[in-house]
Order: sequence, then C-alpha cells, then structure tokens
Amino acid sequence: MAVLIDLTLAAARDGLEGGGFSARELTQAHLDAMAEARPLNAYVAETAERALADADRADERRRRGEATPLEGLPIAVKDLFCTRGVASTAGSHILKGFVPPYESTVTANLWATGAVMLGKTNMDEFAMGSANVTSAYGPVVNPWRRRGDDTRLVPGGSSGGSTAATAARLCLAAIGTDTGGSIRQPAAFCGVVGMKPTYGRCSRFGMIAFASSLDQAGPITRSVQDAAIMLAVMAGYDPRDSTSVNRPVPDYESSLGTGIEGLRVGVPKEYRVDGMPAEIGALWQRGVNWLTDQGTEVREICLPHTEYALPTYYIVAPAEASSNLARYDGVRYGLRVDGDSVDDMYERTRAAGFGAEVKRRVLIGTYVLSAGYYDAYYLKAQKLRTLIAEDFRRAFESVDVILTPTTPFAAFPIGDKLDDPIAMYLNDVLTAPSSLAGLPAISVPAGLSTEGLPLGLQVIGAPFDEETVLRAAEALEQAADFDGSGWR
Amino acid sequence: MTARIAGRTGDFEMVIGLEVHAQVVSNAKLFSGAGTAFGAEPNCQVSPVDAAMPGMLPVINEFCVEQAVRTGLGLKAEINSFSVFDRKNYFYPDLPAGYQISQYSQPIVGRGSILLDMDDGATREVGITRLHLEQDAGKSVHDRDPQVTHVDLNRNGIALMEIVSEPDIRSAQEAGAYLRKLRSILRYLGTCDGNMEQGSMRCDANVSVRRDGEPYGIRCEIKNLNSVRNVMRAIDYEAGRQVEAIEDGDEVAQETRLFDAAKGTTRTMRGKEEAHDYRYFPDPDLVPLVLDPDWIAAIEAALPELPDDKKNRFVEAYGLSSYDAGVLVSERACAEYFETAAQGRDPKVVANWLTVELFGALNKAALDIDQSPVSARALGGLVDLIADATISGRIAKEVFAEMFETGREASEIVAEKGLKQVTDTREIEAVVDTVLAEHGNKVAEFRAGKEKLFGFLVGQVMKATKGKANPKSVNEILRMRLSD
Repeated sequence: MAVLIDLTLAAARDGLEGGGFSARELTQAHLDAMAEARPLNAYVAETAERALADADRADERRRRGEATPLEGLPIAVKDLFCTRGVASTAGSHILKGFVPPYESTVTANLWATGAVMLGKTNMDEFAMGSANVTSAYGPVVNPWRRRGDDTRLVPGGSSGGSTAATAARLCLAAIGTDTGGSIRQPAAFCGVVGMKPTYGRCSRFGMIAFASSLDQAGPITRSVQDAAIMLAVMAGYDPRDSTSVNRPVPDYESSLGTGIEGLRVGVPKEYRVDGMPAEIGALWQRGVNWLTDQGTEVREICLPHTEYALPTYYIVAPAEASSNLARYDGVRYGLRVDGDSVDDMYERTRAAGFGAEVKRRVLIGTYVLSAGYYDAYYLKAQKLRTLIAEDFRRAFESVDVILTPTTPFAAFPIGDKLDDPIAMYLNDVLTAPSSLAGLPAISVPAGLSTEGLPLGLQVIGAPFDEETVLRAAEALEQAADFDGSGWR
Repeated sequence: MTARIAGRTGDFEMVIGLEVHAQVVSNAKLFSGAGTAFGAEPNCQVSPVDAAMPGMLPVINEFCVEQAVRTGLGLKAEINSFSVFDRKNYFYPDLPAGYQISQYSQPIVGRGSILLDMDDGATREVGITRLHLEQDAGKSVHDRDPQVTHVDLNRNGIALMEIVSEPDIRSAQEAGAYLRKLRSILRYLGTCDGNMEQGSMRCDANVSVRRDGEPYGIRCEIKNLNSVRNVMRAIDYEAGRQVEAIEDGDEVAQETRLFDAAKGTTRTMRGKEEAHDYRYFPDPDLVPLVLDPDWIAAIEAALPELPDDKKNRFVEAYGLSSYDAGVLVSERACAEYFETAAQGRDPKVVANWLTVELFGALNKAALDIDQSPVSARALGGLVDLIADATISGRIAKEVFAEMFETGREASEIVAEKGLKQVTDTREIEAVVDTVLAEHGNKVAEFRAGKEKLFGFLVGQVMKATKGKANPKSVNEILRMRLSD
C-alpha cells in the first residue's frame, strides 16, 4: 500500500472519487505505516478505531453521492486542538488524562467535510519550542538524516509531530499551529509545505492557547495545492472567537495554476542575519532566480525593525502565556498534586506538571508584566510590534509578496541547543516578524543543504491575501521540484 | 454637611470614596451564555468558558455593554466609545482562569455625578470617577466540610459594574445617602436590582481623615460591607480609629481592612506590602469595545425619567415639598403609586397619606410598595371620601387600617360599618341637646367662664355619635346652643 500513502491529498481525493480505492483502504494504509513508524514518536495518540469508522462512513456517503470536500481523507491533528472524547494534552504532563467535552472549530470544520482523524500528533509542550524536545511525551524524530550520518535529528517545532508525520507519509496532511514559526520552521526542517494564514483567518476556539494574539492554525501538507485545499476547509469566521475575522473564504485551490507573471516580489535585506550559512543565502538567491524566471519583478525592500522582532516576540508571547497557563492549577481538570494548603497544591501541581521550557516562559512572562517592569518590557514590545507591522504595511505598498528563507539553518541533532535557550530561540528569527504582524506566510521545501537536509523558502503576504501567497509558493514548488521522499 | 470628628487636639474631617460593585441585570454572563439566576444549585450555571477549560474563549455579551452604557448615561457620565478589557492576574480557586477580565486603563464610562438628597431636603453633588465592566468571581465554600473547600462557579463570570466615586463624601450619612441614591438610579434604569443582602450590590469604602486645610490623609479600604447601615457603621468606626491613631502620634497605615459586623469594628486584612501585583494587560482574546454614537444616542433617548428629574417635576407640578418629593421618587414604584393615586385629587393630601400612613404600615408589615394590600386606586378612593366629607380624617385612619388589613375598598368598609359622617344638623342637634341635658353642671360651669369645657362637650357629642358627626357642624350647633 506504499502507493496510497505516497499520494498527495489532491491525488488521493481524485483516487477516491474515481473509485480506484476506498477510504477504508487509504486509512488502513496510513494506520499500517503509523504502526511501523512508531520510533519517530510523531503521534501521541493513534485513533485507529475511530479512523476506520470515519473512513467507512465516508465510503458510505461517497456511495450515496454525498461526498464532501475532504471525504475519506486521513489527516493528523496536532495535540493542541481539543477533540471531543479524545485526550488533548498540548504535549504537557499537566493535561494528562484531559478529555475535552467539546471540539475545536478548526477540527470540527475538517470532520464536517469528511476528513478522517488518524490521531493526535506530538508537539512541544504548550507549543513552546523549536525542536519538539520539550514534549512530555518525548522528542519527535525527523525522518530525514544527514547524508552518511544516522544521528537522529529534530523535526523542528512546535508542530514537529505533524510535520514529521506528513513527511514520513503517516498522514495525507496534518494541521498545526503557528505562534512564532511553529508551522513554518518544522515544515522547512521536514521538507513539507507549512502555512500560517492571516491572524483571524482560522478560529482559535478549542485550540489550547499559548499566546492568544499570535496563535493561528494552519495546514501542513506535501504540496501547495494540498495546503490550499486544507485551508479552505479550516478557515472561516467563528462567532465563538472574537478575534476571528468575518470575511468570505475564497476557493484557494482555484486561485492556483494561473502563473505569477507581473507579481512584485520583495526581498528584505534585513533578513540576512549574522552567521547565516552561505547555503541559506544561496538557496534564497535560487528562489529569487526562480521567481524572476517566471516573470515576476523582484526588488529589495526595507523592513527596518526586523532586528527587534525576536526580542519583541520573546516578551509578548511569554507574557500572554504566563496568563493563559494560569488556569492549569490542579483545581478542575488535569494533574493535581496535593499539598498542605491551596498555595502548596498550586506549587506542587505546576512544578510537577510543567516542563523546564514552559516554566522558563511563565517566569519571563510574569516578570515582563510585573509592576515596575511593564513599561520597560511589555509596553515597549507592544510599541515595537506596531512598528514591525507598519514596516510590512509600507512594504506591501510596493510589493505583492515577500520572499525569505524560512530558517537560518537546517535540522540539528536531538539534544543540541538544549542548554542554550537563546540559540534555540534563533530558530524563529525569520518567522517571528510576520507572526507579530499577523501576516499570512508559507514555507515551501526548496532544496537540500550540503548535508542533504531539507531547506525551506518563506513567502509572506499582505493581510488576507493567502491566494497570492499560495500562487507564489506554487511557482517556487514547481521550480524547486523537491523530492519529499528523499529521506527514504 | 461635613461631619466633624472632635478629637482631643481639634476637629477632623472625614474623606470618603466608595467603590460599588453592581451586578448587571442580564440573563447571561458577561462573556458566556451561562445563566445568572440567584440561588441555583451549585455549579449548574457554568459553561466551559466560565470553568476556564483549555481552548475556551470569552465573547462579550452585548446586552451587558448596553446596561453599562445605560447606567453611565443615568449617572450623567461620559461614555467612552473606545474601551479595552484587561486581564487582572491572580491565583484563587474560585477564579478558574487565574485572571479576572476587567477594564483597567480604558473603562467604558468616565466621569459623572450623583446628587445626594440629604434629610434636611438639601442636595449635594458627589463625583463619579468611572464605571467599568468586569467579571465576578466564583464562591469558595469553606463551611461544608472541615477539611475541604468547595468551589461554586455559578457566580463566576457574571457581569459587574464597578462604580467608583470621587473622594467627595464627608460623612457616614452622606455615604448612606450616596448608596441609596445610586441604588435608586440603578433600579430606575433596570441595570442592577440593588439587593445588598443577596450581594448583587456590594460596597468597599475608602476612608481617611484630615484636619482642616490639610491634604488628604492616608486611606484604608474597608471590605465586607453588606448593607447601607454597615457601610455607615464601618465608616464611623474607622474614622474614629484613625483620629485616635493620629492623636496618639501613630501613623495610619495604608491597608485593606475587614468590617466585623458583630463587633462593629474593622481589622487589618492585608497591608500595603502584601498587596497583589495583578499584572494587568489587555486581554488578547478580546478586541477593544467600540461603540457606535447612534447606538448610544438610541439608549439615551429611551432612558426612563430618573429620580432627580422626577423629583423636580413633583415639586413643580404637584407643589410638593422637596423632602416629600425626594421620598416619593426614591423608588420608581412609589413614584408611580403616587402619580396614580394623585390623579384628579389634591396631590399634597395624597402625598401625606403615602408618606405617613402607607409607608408606616408597609414598614411595620415589612412589605414593599409592590406588595401593598392597598392599591393606588383604593387609596385614591379613600382620599375622595375625605374630600367629599363622607368621612372625617379621623375615621379615615380607621378605614385605612381596615383596608390595609383586608385589602377591601374604603367605600365598602364605610358602608358596612356605618361610618358615614353625620351631616344632618337635626340629628346632630338632637344629640347635642341630649348631651347638654346630661351635663347640666358642666354647661353651668362653661357659662360661668370655664371655656375649656367646650372641648369636653364636643368630645361627648362625638362619643355619642361614635365619631361620625361632622366636627364642623358639631362645633357650630354647640356654640349656638350654649350662647342661647
């Protein structure tokens, strides 16, 4: 059944429609692959029974001619999304055993259009991490290896389970969440497509919060077309999320295939960060050439506040996280470690329930919001965030999309950078600015490093212009002709 | 109206500011669809949002916003068309999210004012600093089990309006007048039921004292005040305590104090050092609240007549005293009762019957005006019987008591008991003649100059007629006979 799991979402859809195979066969093929690939630790929960039941229902609906857009297509869900009746843990010990009585809006949209749930994917604890090493369920292993070196590498994070699963053919597509790069960075590391839509495009209802003003759901796929198909289902206004935006969802798939001639592409000089390996610069230049060859007009642009994006991000996100994670107090659900008093119970529960990275960010966040420090940190970060967004707004007056590398380096061995949080945070240096500005951005696999590891190019668009972002990504995809099964 | 506190070393003045938490009248909570009824089974009015389940998001209840705007307009305050919800962070078991959603630097309502009606009929203006919307917390129940604390989240998330006064209040009496007036306005507006006993209106008092001409002293915040009376008691005690401390050469410490209603004293709850750092920041789950000026204007246009306007109208249109008008308008139902009863009648007479007889009886029976056994129409009927001289004022009081007891109409009672005033002069003449004959010696004494016996004779005639004789006729006939 290796053939079935190698299909793209679009090809599988066509195959089901043509009757070449059933949703049950397609699902079973994935379940078999998942069972074999358990050493990758991409899934924290496999929901085989449910997947097969979903698949049978999908086959039945298709027989009756009632098939919906994702009918019978098996996908994986990052464990940050609450799924009714299925444990949802955010990769944290503190939510051990938590089974939500409700469904997130994004996953509900997927199930309503016939998608099959294969399971919940591993992730950095509460989406805090860039290497998928902070999960309470152990690290995820990237299916890729360096050429001639069997050292296990990180898949990136925090949606590393979803990107590893997508790369390793353990699902046709997956959903992830991106706060400062958590979809795009692991997508780049695993050689798959990862898209973060405009903030407000997908509902956050039922998505366990890390940093509310930044968190956004998005698709992880093996093609740009698949990302378009997934996003069209995931996106939409939700009255249960006050920050979701009420505007129609375009048919993203149909906006593809139209070429990009005449598109204006910006290349920000500030993204040439210190110590960026030459091969990243070379990849970027290749991207510029590919787009130029396809009739776009590439020009250098200026995003002057870029250097402040990472520190700004690492103030805003922990500040919100410190407050969002206060609810995990042992009183109502999840882990409780009894103590001598209520304060003692809080302390013991949170000490035992949270990992080191979560504790670090809660401490940072608490600090930057404290009386006497608020103005110097949180308030200043908010001002910088406005300036960063303003940089982009001005840039989009003269360009349609911005092209950058997704990450400053390729995947690294599990365990590296663990003792150096600042080095770890550098993973987000090229993705955090567009997150702070709430812009749509996508990572497309564009080539291999000298060591044979995937590298990604990032396309950033103007607010709610996912269509143009997808079109530019498609152009890169075609030119790069990346072999996503190169890890085999 | 400043209340002086006479200390050993001179006079002091109280400076008081009140923070009132008024529960918004709304069927649903501020950020969730859960119900708000008082007294429901514990944890039966809790949505996943209220319980702060993972991934749940608050969504503003527009009706609560409307109620806050309505209240702001009723307090003659600025309505801020742009306001922001912030998170106030602290850990407590009855605060599921670990933060309360409140408004910190940009509240929905800005400066306004309240006019106090003092007992002497004078008025005094107290400034309102702001009004903001926030969530109530749940309730920790400590007395069900000696070992365990239970948490009831029914109240958690219910909308509150925090209404903060300027430090313009100068006595416990003024504080009481402020709370009564605020409650009256809230009830007129239908934005808060004002029930302090059920906790739907709560008050914290900031109290300091100073000598004349000095700047404000150091203030203490007093909590746990569940009635107007306790607010007044606590203020008087606390101001006295502070004066004593100052005169003893001690400093008043800025702190939060608890009122002990049983002892009538206040005690330290937490000092300044123990004050929480709430780490306020804008709630990223909510967008700023932007109000359409037309929408605000529509709410303003639909406001009911408020106590101050009604009071002025009662004084002007009905010729009532400022005091009586103030008493009548303090509750909307009283004012409506009065206007119904006064329709086509002497308003002053009606007002008098209301404020003296009816309110007295209601008070004694612990009833609200809505529960009055005597309807406005029935009281009007009684006043009519006095006006057309069917009964005397004295009989009317007896009839009223009977009406209050039985809920029956005045005319019915008068007819049944034969209380109709005797105005037939021949009948009265006959009684007078009998009385004069019976009391020959008193008549002689009167004629000899003992004039005050006239009253005695009137009394005898009234007694013989069981009070039904028209007093004016009795007087005239008696005078005529005695001057014969």
